[in-house]
Amino acid sequence: MQKFANPTVFLKLSNVVLPYLWVMTAVLFAIGLYGAFITSPPDYQQGETVRIMYVHVPAAWIAMAAYGLMALASAIAIIFRHPLADAAAKTAAPLGAVFCFLALVTGSIWGKPTWGTWWVWDARITSMFILLLLYIGYIAIWRAVEEPHLAAAIARIVALVGSVILPVIKYSVEYWNTLHQSASIFKMGGPAIDKSMLWVLLVMAMAYTTLFFALHLVSLRTEIATRKLRSIRLSEIRGN
Amino acid sequence: MMLCALKALLWRDITLARKQGGGLGAALGFILAVIVLVPIAIGPDPVMLRRIGAGMIWLSLLLAVLLTAEQIFQQDLEDGSLELMTMTPTPFELITLTKAIAHWLTVALPLAIIAPPLGLMLNMELGQLPMLWLSMIAGSLALSLLASLGGAIAAGLRRGGLLIAILTLPLYIPILIFGVATTTLSLGPQSSLPALAILLAITLLCLVVSPLACAAALRAYMR
Repeated sequence: MQKFANPTVFLKLSNVVLPYLWVMTAVLFAIGLYGAFITSPPDYQQGETVRIMYVHVPAAWIAMAAYGLMALASAIAIIFRHPLADAAAKTAAPLGAVFCFLALVTGSIWGKPTWGTWWVWDARITSMFILLLLYIGYIAIWRAVEEPHLAAAIARIVALVGSVILPVIKYSVEYWNTLHQSASIFKMGGPAIDKSMLWVLLVMAMAYTTLFFALHLVSLRTEIATRKLRSIRLSEIRGN
Repeated sequence: MMLCALKALLWRDITLARKQGGGLGAALGFILAVIVLVPIAIGPDPVMLRRIGAGMIWLSLLLAVLLTAEQIFQQDLEDGSLELMTMTPTPFELITLTKAIAHWLTVALPLAIIAPPLGLMLNMELGQLPMLWLSMIAGSLALSLLASLGGAIAAGLRRGGLLIAILTLPLYIPILIFGVATTTLSLGPQSSLPALAILLAITLLCLVVSPLACAAALRAYMR
């Protein structure tokens, strides 16, 4: 672990890994989208609109997993002081926010034909929306604090507090939703999903995962380059 | 010795809040203004007001507490008194907790205490008011603790106000949900005590998490 946390080792390693990751992403997307558009059958109730599921559900999964990754990286930054952990958390946040936004938008587009409305204050949609707010708060910290080390220290606290409170928020939103009795709309889907759809969904989930990791590696490399640039500029100023 | 120091700190903060102004008085004015705006925005229909009353009072309390969050640590960080406090043998976490409690006693608790008449103005039923009162007194401590957390995270920033709102409002959601649930359930066939118990549990969780996180954030600013 310690070895890979070294920025130079990381840069070399990611340089080797990245092309393979991109190829894997492309292949998985090709298979997944072929399955989504051509082989998978239309739903007996929803018809063709069910195909939105293949882009919607993986986005929601990645959005949640990215927050977990962010919190984990923040914890590692506090405990082991890895030089890359803060950067990993920092770069995971905008990606997670984008996937969260994608999940909300595709869900909204899916909701219009199936439920007849763009937006429902359902428990899952509401907690997804709150997750987006938490991402925005975390990103805002990095932008508001100028000094990078200070920003990292504050952002770690924000990420960890968020990860402690997030389950409480999710539970209370579910409680609130049952209190208001609007969950009856959410009868579709459930665990009973046909095999012809399930494999496509899983391939798409893998495609989204490799895409996330490829993008994360690229933005981590950018982050390291930005840091280097900053220190070079600072030393130039000192040199003059 | 330690308790003595914390008591002195509590009195100092309460006195400062009382003499400086801009705290309770302004928050009180704010909450009243919001309560007046509600019927103007929604319409004065008594049935409608009764339905949204508890939610609106909770919302106005939440925003009033949020607006005073910046005051909790910023001044003490700027003039260096916080740095002196870190050098005392008293754990810094207890100091941040004491400051949050001072904020609760001077801003959030008084606002929670005056809530019942506001409920009457929004046409809430008399039977709801005791539970509104209890839940607000319990929940306001959690609101103050989370406000202190937001205040600590933004303490060293020049324009932290909006940032505090972005960071703190999502954390307020559970308190809002169970606070309003306690009040609305008190009329129905279900008991509202479980909701109140969960609200208290959330307050206890905030009591643990918030001082730790506050102390960590402030230490980062003072390094």
